[in-house]
Amino acid sequence: MPQAALSGLDEARRDESSLRRFLNGLPGVDQVGVEQRAAGLATRSIKKASKLWALDTAISMVDLTTLEGADTVGTVRSLCAKARRPDPERPETPQVAAVCVYPDLVATAVEALAGTGIGVASVATAFPSGRSNLDVKLADTKLAVESGATEVDMVIDRGAFLSGRYGAVFDEITAVKQACGDAHLKVILETGELVTYDNVRKASWLALLAGADFIKTSTGKVQPAATLPVTHVMLQAVRDWYTATGELRGVKPAGGIRSAKDAIRYLVAVNEVAGEEWLTPKLFRFGASSLLNDLLLQRRTQLDGHYSGPDYVTVN
Amino acid sequence: MSDTRLAVAKTYKLYIGGKFPRSESGRSYPVNDTRGRFLANVAHASRKDVRDAVVAARKAFPGWSGATAYNRGQVLFRVAEVMEGRREQFVADVRAAEGVQQRRAETLVDAAIDRWVYYAGWTDKLSAVLGAANPVAGPYFSFTVPEPTGVVGVFAPQKSSLLGLVSVLAPVLATGCTAVVVTSADRPLPAVTLAEVLATSDVPGGVVNLLTGRAEELAPWLASHADVNALDLTGVEPSARGELARTAADTVKRLVRVPDQEPDWIATPGLERLRPYLEDKTVWHPMGV
Repeated sequence: MPQAALSGLDEARRDESSLRRFLNGLPGVDQVGVEQRAAGLATRSIKKASKLWALDTAISMVDLTTLEGADTVGTVRSLCAKARRPDPERPETPQVAAVCVYPDLVATAVEALAGTGIGVASVATAFPSGRSNLDVKLADTKLAVESGATEVDMVIDRGAFLSGRYGAVFDEITAVKQACGDAHLKVILETGELVTYDNVRKASWLALLAGADFIKTSTGKVQPAATLPVTHVMLQAVRDWYTATGELRGVKPAGGIRSAKDAIRYLVAVNEVAGEEWLTPKLFRFGASSLLNDLLLQRRTQLDGHYSGPDYVTVN
Repeated sequence: MSDTRLAVAKTYKLYIGGKFPRSESGRSYPVNDTRGRFLANVAHASRKDVRDAVVAARKAFPGWSGATAYNRGQVLFRVAEVMEGRREQFVADVRAAEGVQQRRAETLVDAAIDRWVYYAGWTDKLSAVLGAANPVAGPYFSFTVPEPTGVVGVFAPQKSSLLGLVSVLAPVLATGCTAVVVTSADRPLPAVTLAEVLATSDVPGGVVNLLTGRAEELAPWLASHADVNALDLTGVEPSARGELARTAADTVKRLVRVPDQEPDWIATPGLERLRPYLEDKTVWHPMGV
C-alpha cells in the first residue's frame, strides 16, 4: 500500500467524492498472484503438536452459528450448551468465541450463556439481503443490542456498493456503528456478490473507514461464500490499516468452511498475510456451524491416536 | 513405421467414493504374476486412504441401507450382469493372478458371478429368515427385524483373488452395509477390474471402496477406527488377528469369525457371512382391544 494513499484516510472520510477518489485510487488486486499465493500457502503441512495447537485455536475462534428460519428457543439453547462445553467428554476443550443468532433469539442466547464469557453475536440490518430502509435496519440493530448482543453482524447494501454509491454504504455503516454502542460491529461484505477482488478490497477499506471492528466475508446464504483468496485480500486490508493507523481490526470468514483442514489453512493465511498478532479470537473468527464438530473429531484423533467418528460428538 | 506396438503400461488407482483417486501417499507397487513376470503397477494405499474410504462409506450408508431390499437385490444382480459382459477379462486376470489353468479360471469367474446372484437373492429374504414375530406373555405385538450395522472393514483373502473377494464383499452389501475393502496384496488385479465393474454398474459411489495395499500396514488403522462397525479379518495373518480383535473391541465392533486357513470358496455359503453384519431391532407395540 503506497504511503500516499494511506495518508489520505481522513481526507477520504470528508465527503462522497473524496471517498470515491480514495477507493478508486486503491491498487488493483493481482488475481493470478493472490490465487496462487493462497493455493501455495494451503499446501503447508501442520502436524502433531502444531496441529493440536491449531485445532484448539480454531475452536476458540468459532462463532457457532445458527441462522435458519426454523430456529427455535430450544435449538438456540442446545447450541449454547455446545458452545460452553464443545466436547463433554473432554472438559479441557476450549470454549468457542461466540454464538451467532437472529436478533429475536439474542435474549435466549444471552440467558443461556450468562457468566461464561462467550459472546453473543446477532445478525442485523435486514440480514441476509440488506434490502430495507435505514430506519428498519437501525431498529433491527437496536433490537439486537437491547437484548444484550455483544457483537452485531451487519450486511452492507450490495446494490448501492455495486452501483457506485459508496457514500450511502459509508453512511449506513456509521449509523449502525452508532446504534451498536459498545457492541462490536462486524461488517459483512458478501464477497460472493461483489464479483471481483478489486471490489472486495474497496469494500474492505470502505468498511474499515466507516468504523467496522471486523470485516466478514459472507452471510453464508450466497455461493461462493468464504474462499481463501478473498480472505487473503481482506487480511491485507486489515494489515495495511494497522500500518497506517496503528489500530487492530479483525477478519471473519464465514460460510463453506466445514473441515478442520480448511480451518488450519485459514490460520496459516492469517499468520502469513496479516501476522501473528491476528491469531486470536479477538481479531480472527470463523463463522461456522458444522466446522466445530470436525475440529472436535480431529482433536480426538490427535489425542486418542486413532480415527474418531461422528457418533462421538453431539449433533448440531 | 514399425509394426510392433508399444503396450500401454498401466498404473491402477484406488476406488474410493465412486472415484478412482491415486493414493494420498503417492505410492505404488509392481504386481507380478505367479511366475514373477510384471503385470502392472497398483496404488499402495496408506492410512489416510483408509480414513478417506471410511468417510466415503459412512456418507453412502444412509442411502444404501435405506434403499429397499428389493432394490438392493436388483443392484447386486446388475453387478453380476456387468461382470458377465467382462467375463473374458476376469478369466485372464484370474489366470495371471493365481497361475491357474484356463478351465479352472473359468470355473472361478463363473462361481464369482453366481455368488453375486446368490446374495442378490438374499436381500429381501433376510428379514423373513432372521427376523421374527416374538411370542410374548403380555398384550404386546413384539417383532424383531435385522438391520445393517454400518460401515464394514473387510480384508479380502490373499489367495483367492476374485471368488474369495466377491464371497466376502457381496454379503456385506446384501445386508445393506457399506464396505471398505483391502484387497489381496500380491493378487490385486481382479479386484481392480471389479472396481471398474462396480463403478459402471448401479452400485452408488462410496458403498464399496477398494484399496490395494498391505493388510498388515492398514489393519491397525481400520481396527481402531471409531467409525467402523464391523471387521472381517480374512486376509490378515492368523497370528495378527488376536491383537486386532482386541483393538476392535475398544469400539465394540462386530467381528466375523474366520478360519485360520482360507476355505475353498467354491462351496455355496449359508447365512454365516450375513449374520455378523446385522443388528436385531425389536419393537414392542401395545395391542389395543
